[in-house]
Amino acid sequence: MSTVHITFDGERLSGREGQSIGGILLANGHRTWRTAAGSERGIFCGIGICQDCVVTVNGVEGVRACQRTACEGDAVEREERA
Amino acid sequence: MTRIVVIGAGPAGLAAAASASQSGADVTVVDEGERPGGQFWRHHPDFTDPRLQHQLGRFASLQQALKNVRMLSSASVWRVEAGTPLRVHALVGSVDAAQRRGETLEADAVILATGAHDRVLPVPGWTLPGVTSAGAVQALAKRDGIALGTRTVVAGAGPFLLPVAQSVAILGGEVVEVVEAASVRTLLAGWGRRPWELGAAAGKAGELSSYVGTLLKHRTPYRLGSAVTRIHGTSSVEAVTVQRIDADWRPVAGTERTVECDTVALGHGFTPRLEAAIQFGCAITHDRFVQVDGQQLTSIPGVHAAGEITGIGGADAALAEGAIAGLAAAGVPEADLRYREPLGARRRMHAFAERLKTHGIRSGWTSWLDDDTVVCRCESVTRGTIVEYADASARGMRLATRAGLGPCQGRTCGRSVEDIIGASESRFDRRPVLSSVRIGELAAHRASTPNTTAEGESA
Amino acid sequence: MRIIVIGAGAVGAACALALTEAGAEVIVVDRTGVAGETSSRCEGNILVSDKEPGAEALMAIEANRAWRELAARLDADRVPGQPATEFESKGGIVVAFPGGADALEEFATSQRGIGVRADVLDSAALREAEPHLSPEVALGVHYPDDAQVQPSLAAQAMMARARHLGAQLRIAEVTAGIVERDRVRGVQTTSGRIDADAVVNCVGPWAGDAAALFGSMLDIRPRRGTILVTAPMPQRVFHKVYDADYVGAVGSGDAALQTSTVVESTHGGTVLIGSSRERVGFSGEGLLAPLAEIADKATRLFPFLRDTMLLRTYYGFRPYAPDHLPAIGADARIAGLFHAAGHEGAGIGLAPTTGALIAHAVLGTPAPLDPTPFLPSRPTLQGVPA
Repeated sequence: MSTVHITFDGERLSGREGQSIGGILLANGHRTWRTAAGSERGIFCGIGICQDCVVTVNGVEGVRACQRTACEGDAVEREERA
Repeated sequence: MTRIVVIGAGPAGLAAAASASQSGADVTVVDEGERPGGQFWRHHPDFTDPRLQHQLGRFASLQQALKNVRMLSSASVWRVEAGTPLRVHALVGSVDAAQRRGETLEADAVILATGAHDRVLPVPGWTLPGVTSAGAVQALAKRDGIALGTRTVVAGAGPFLLPVAQSVAILGGEVVEVVEAASVRTLLAGWGRRPWELGAAAGKAGELSSYVGTLLKHRTPYRLGSAVTRIHGTSSVEAVTVQRIDADWRPVAGTERTVECDTVALGHGFTPRLEAAIQFGCAITHDRFVQVDGQQLTSIPGVHAAGEITGIGGADAALAEGAIAGLAAAGVPEADLRYREPLGARRRMHAFAERLKTHGIRSGWTSWLDDDTVVCRCESVTRGTIVEYADASARGMRLATRAGLGPCQGRTCGRSVEDIIGASESRFDRRPVLSSVRIGELAAHRASTPNTTAEGESA
Repeated sequence: MRIIVIGAGAVGAACALALTEAGAEVIVVDRTGVAGETSSRCEGNILVSDKEPGAEALMAIEANRAWRELAARLDADRVPGQPATEFESKGGIVVAFPGGADALEEFATSQRGIGVRADVLDSAALREAEPHLSPEVALGVHYPDDAQVQPSLAAQAMMARARHLGAQLRIAEVTAGIVERDRVRGVQTTSGRIDADAVVNCVGPWAGDAAALFGSMLDIRPRRGTILVTAPMPQRVFHKVYDADYVGAVGSGDAALQTSTVVESTHGGTVLIGSSRERVGFSGEGLLAPLAEIADKATRLFPFLRDTMLLRTYYGFRPYAPDHLPAIGADARIAGLFHAAGHEGAGIGLAPTTGALIAHAVLGTPAPLDPTPFLPSRPTLQGVPA
């Protein structure tokens, strides 16, 4: 089983190849990665419906972390909404 | 050859594709997942613990039957059009990537098998880190091999809570308590009457005993007639309040108990994903499911539907309905013997599905909300704000409160907002864009297709 | 004096408020609710920039002034159920690609002639005002007085204030006008008869049908528009920015699809993208073509939009008068019947002044400007095919 490496706001994280970005964040102790009106959000529905878990991946906004498989070298950043 | 497009690769979609393909049709399955299976068979070939999977034999034999089927995975359907031919517009590429490849599929028949997602009722404190849907626990366990926390309370309503609790235990987490809204009396009335009707669903009994076995082994309490009515914690979940609720789901004062935990998995049943059906123009029943006849045909010519969108019934019902829809879409005549087995299975599983209503949501739940409880998670809209605009028109209320106008477009909060304002008909289900599309992808669609659609242009 | 206002959109709400503040007893009747239709399917423009010098442009200047005062008044003192208008004096920037720059400059000069502030921006100023604008844009003109409200909220706010002052709202459909000897006596609705001394037809794109209920005629037709709404994002568009070909699209009598890019940010962080015009009756079919065309043109103006997530789209029907002016004032034939409809895409912006003109027509209060060009009795509105 091979490893995959990503960065999250510059921090280097590793996970198992095939895991979702959300899964890797959770496995590395990041339970939340977004702020909504003062409260911290991460995974909620886990199946791509609720949009709580969105992150910016390689500069592209609005990516659901729970659905997106991590690729080697993905640069993941907190979403800046408004 | 009949061209059939199946939307969704869960049990219903795969069964439909298999039976249609075996009956000689040219079948394409369009699915947003990276690999087929939907939610029920969500997995990763390398590291999903097989103890988390159910009916793997069924899955394997279905995949065998799909050899001649075009499986278009990682494909998001963003628009559908009725007419001759039917059209399905999809974007193919990594989840939520920019500049995905657009593909328009034309079909003589479409089978909708878009499934359902968890219905989670708002609870004070439910936006704290550590609170997820019951389905999220399953998805993370099956897809990523991850448990969310160390001490989990699983709460809500319906048999789905049991496999969720089991998956936490299999991954080594502690299930502190399972909390079910239906009381003993309700359960007996719902599941106990006319037991012979359930005799044919004997497989379910085996499944049930497996879940109960897990609970017993770990000495996990299974509380009936109760609900999590408050979630506590400063920066993440620390405890919940569990209260008895009456038959109307109203919390009973004086029955509060505090249960310490770090994770809460909430599941109050399922909401069918009706968007594609609604966009096709399919008639929707009073119960808010896609209306189908005995052949799983909707009110729109050429459009069939199977699985959870026709009624919440679980994977077995979905497999039977899918098989029938596939045969019908491929033009197999009604009297054909190939229908016999799935028709029998559907009849048996519908008897089971009928009993799921035992766990249906009752209107008293709204009384466990505070005025400052967030109802719309995307826009952080509280109950108090929603109630203030309850008298406005549907659009007026949404625009004034922003409830349902955030990124999830009301998928999570829609039914709850309707319950809170006492709306009689759906205000949220109609969606012009079925899934996330980027402006550039929509612009590219203009270049790739002719500009005229003949339908409906009147002066 | 008792007056029925049919229609609780922005125009109906503005008329109800003006009439109530002038002392009349007002009953508003709408079959859906407040801002149930066109007023909650548009952008809420309060523009002086998009009108050729003429009667409507003069009305737009007065309405711009009136909105500033009205929004401040409404927002300062909100009763329960009255949302904020979200009035924003954001200013508009009209841009032209090479080939259209000269025409835009001439247009701006003519507008200055009637008192509209229109400042040509040099390249540096344009980039500073809108850093994400495509470098292909050749010219930009800044209209500092262009403003915006959230149209549904603004209509709700006007209606809430009118009700607070005594106006009534009935959710019912008007099924017939009650007319005796060419004089209005009231209306018949799905929940009973309502007697009145006067009736104001504020039914927007259905105003023609409403006029017919009284045995009268008003040539107003629906003109469909669609809007794209993006996911919320940090602010990247700072004014209402639109393509100079917008004026041509509005003024066109062609029923076929006309699109012209209009882009702006909202309070909630989303970006609204328009615009399209087609005469397809009240149909909701065939939306893909205008939506894709709007998307394509918008990405030429703001390249960053290419990768922006579309959240939802919606469509609505503008009330279109074939001679391109709203119909405001007394009916040509039936005493006590008044019309306030046909504002095309300018209904929100012109609402308060429409209310003032109606109060003048019905109650004799001072008119804010010459009402003659807008009278429903004008020859160009008597059913001549456009």
